[in-house]
Amino acid sequence: MSDHLLSTRGLGRDGGVALLDIAEDMADTQQRQVKKLPTLRGTTVVNLFFEDSTRTRISFEAAAKRLSADVITFSAKGSSVSKGESLQDTAQTLQAMGADGIVLRHPASGAAEVLASSGWTRAAVVNAGDGTHEHPTQALLDAYTIRKRLHGDASRGRDLDGVSVVIVGDVLHSRVARSNVWLLTALGASVRLVAPPTLLPGAIGGWPVESGIDLDAALATAPDVVMMLRVQRERMTEAYFPSSREYAALYGLSADRAARLPESSLVMHPGPMNRGLEIAGEVADSARSTVLEQVENGVAVRMAVLYDVLAGRRGAA
Amino acid sequence: MTRTVIRGALRAGDGARTDLAVEDGRIVADGTVRPDPGNRVIDADGLIVLRGFVDLHTHLREPGGEGAETVLTGSRAAAAGGYTTVHAMPNTDPVADTAGVVEQVAALGREAGYVDVRPIGAVSKGREGKELAELVTMARSRARVTMFSDDGSCVADPLLMRRALEYARIVGGVIAQHAEEPRLTRGAQLHEGSVSAELGLAGWPAVAEEAIIARDVLLAEAAGARLHVCHVSTAGSVELIRWAKARGVHVTAEVTPHHLFLTDEAARGYDPRFKVNPPLRTADDVTALRAGLADGTLDVVATDHAPHPAEAKRSEWQAAANGMVGLETAASVVQAAMVETGLLGWAEVERVMASTPAAIGALPDRGPLVVGARADLLLLDPAARRRISAADLAGRSTNSPYLGLDLPGRVVAVLHRGLATLLDGVLREPAEVAGGAR
Repeated sequence: MSDHLLSTRGLGRDGGVALLDIAEDMADTQQRQVKKLPTLRGTTVVNLFFEDSTRTRISFEAAAKRLSADVITFSAKGSSVSKGESLQDTAQTLQAMGADGIVLRHPASGAAEVLASSGWTRAAVVNAGDGTHEHPTQALLDAYTIRKRLHGDASRGRDLDGVSVVIVGDVLHSRVARSNVWLLTALGASVRLVAPPTLLPGAIGGWPVESGIDLDAALATAPDVVMMLRVQRERMTEAYFPSSREYAALYGLSADRAARLPESSLVMHPGPMNRGLEIAGEVADSARSTVLEQVENGVAVRMAVLYDVLAGRRGAA
Repeated sequence: MTRTVIRGALRAGDGARTDLAVEDGRIVADGTVRPDPGNRVIDADGLIVLRGFVDLHTHLREPGGEGAETVLTGSRAAAAGGYTTVHAMPNTDPVADTAGVVEQVAALGREAGYVDVRPIGAVSKGREGKELAELVTMARSRARVTMFSDDGSCVADPLLMRRALEYARIVGGVIAQHAEEPRLTRGAQLHEGSVSAELGLAGWPAVAEEAIIARDVLLAEAAGARLHVCHVSTAGSVELIRWAKARGVHVTAEVTPHHLFLTDEAARGYDPRFKVNPPLRTADDVTALRAGLADGTLDVVATDHAPHPAEAKRSEWQAAANGMVGLETAASVVQAAMVETGLLGWAEVERVMASTPAAIGALPDRGPLVVGARADLLLLDPAARRRISAADLAGRSTNSPYLGLDLPGRVVAVLHRGLATLLDGVLREPAEVAGGAR
């Protein structure tokens, strides 16, 4: 039981494995004809989204509903929030309405931690992506997907000891990369970050990873997993790289590059993909791609997280 | 005015005990002074007497920001910290870029009476960095402005900076630069380094400060003009200023208490009390800043006291305002960072917090605490320790990064123009102080 899920930093191996194991149980229930569990009946979960993210939002919605929670979605974009209502006022309003859990997506790094420690609400806070800081449930579903591919039905209780992962792309602005760095390394994987120098943070000497600027060199190490990050085209106007063409040539996972990987290597992407930019369409659709499994596993992982922070709270059945 | 007799204070330089008699705003006797009946006697046993502190960098927020601070409340915060003069930054609303606004601020300061309020004039109209403000008119106004700054924004345009440096020579003024290359700090939230990388906060790179300082010392040299660098925050900046001084450039520089004491590690937890511009840097920077202050490369400590209403700091980090209050705690932080580390003695504290800032601000009638001198002074108990709480803050805002910390030292009494503004560690009431210094 945890109060909140704010980051993967500090989750540790055992905490990570425990959540992944709960997710296994949740996934098993999703094979039944009736997918709905009574676990969180009487509990109210608010999806508080200050940023558009249809995928993450509906994944959390599905997870909460399958646990029988009442789900309220508060898309703060275009609401009073854009007229200057603060995170504090929104949180206090939700508290007054009796929210037991708040799933927060926010453009400001640290927003989930501020919400959880502010005293504005007693709700359990799940970070669904805060700025360029963390996106812990994405990392958990990535770890779950890797473990499932490697160990199948024998996944329970296992970590990712000895698994090599290359994460490629806009590490500087990626909350997915940060959450994966902490979680995958805590689970025993080795992680190498690859990005153009403009998109790699300068001061990551303290991170438990290797880093480099040469994708081909990284792929030549025959990694078990290659995780491609979404690249936003706006970065071009800020001089991070000159053109999509040059980015794709240097850092895109083309069919040629994928062909040089061992047959068993997985290719992952958190979505939504820019086909032809960071990943070639045929690679995204190939057998080694886990893109759709990641989406599917996302629901089970988010069920596990909601269960972990909410079951046992007052109001839960 | 009643005679005030201070008994048994320790002089900063030699540690000698002395009494001081103060009358009509001046020191009238020292050595051994026998108080007469009716004199106000201040027992200074164990207390150090120092020249009243002079802050070169204070945000009083009035006009326009009275929800955060006023000239009166900021003056009280200053007196509580041992200050007798503050220089008010012009980033108010309206901007202090005309004689009218600087005269108004100075007048409010005289009315409050706790400290001399010396307005700093804006370098550019509206602080927009485009056209020069009327520097000479402000200098020759009743506010007698000697410093000019667009603080809060950098005078980024090299041509405007060159002209400002040249033009200020007419009145012997000094341009105080907020050194921050804006193109390198767009959206910046925290020192660019390992903490910002981990927290996912957009980085404020050291080079954005250093590049401007490097440019400006060369411009000042070419113009034969005076440059003052506000809130120096990086080790590289200290090196550049050291180099410029060795070349004979007329450059002075300030460091804030918070940059001498706190690091970017404080941002973990995203508490916006620690959000400030320039940002808190690394432990290596703190070490270099302390060494620079100790060897005179950095001339003065200036607070950059920046009050904000509670709601401006009660939010996610990115939405929060930059800045922290610092007047009330400056002496304690300097004691912790510089005195207790053996880097400065109390005479040097007096130099960096009183005499050198007075010289940079070209303040008249300030000098050593001898007979005939203006009685701007404070008594400080170096042996005290206190846990900082909101009760220690005398201004209108409580955005202090030191709340909850144990800090050494305590300002016990302050005389401004001979008038007590603080006694037994307690501020005197506005009515007792108002206008008394006139």
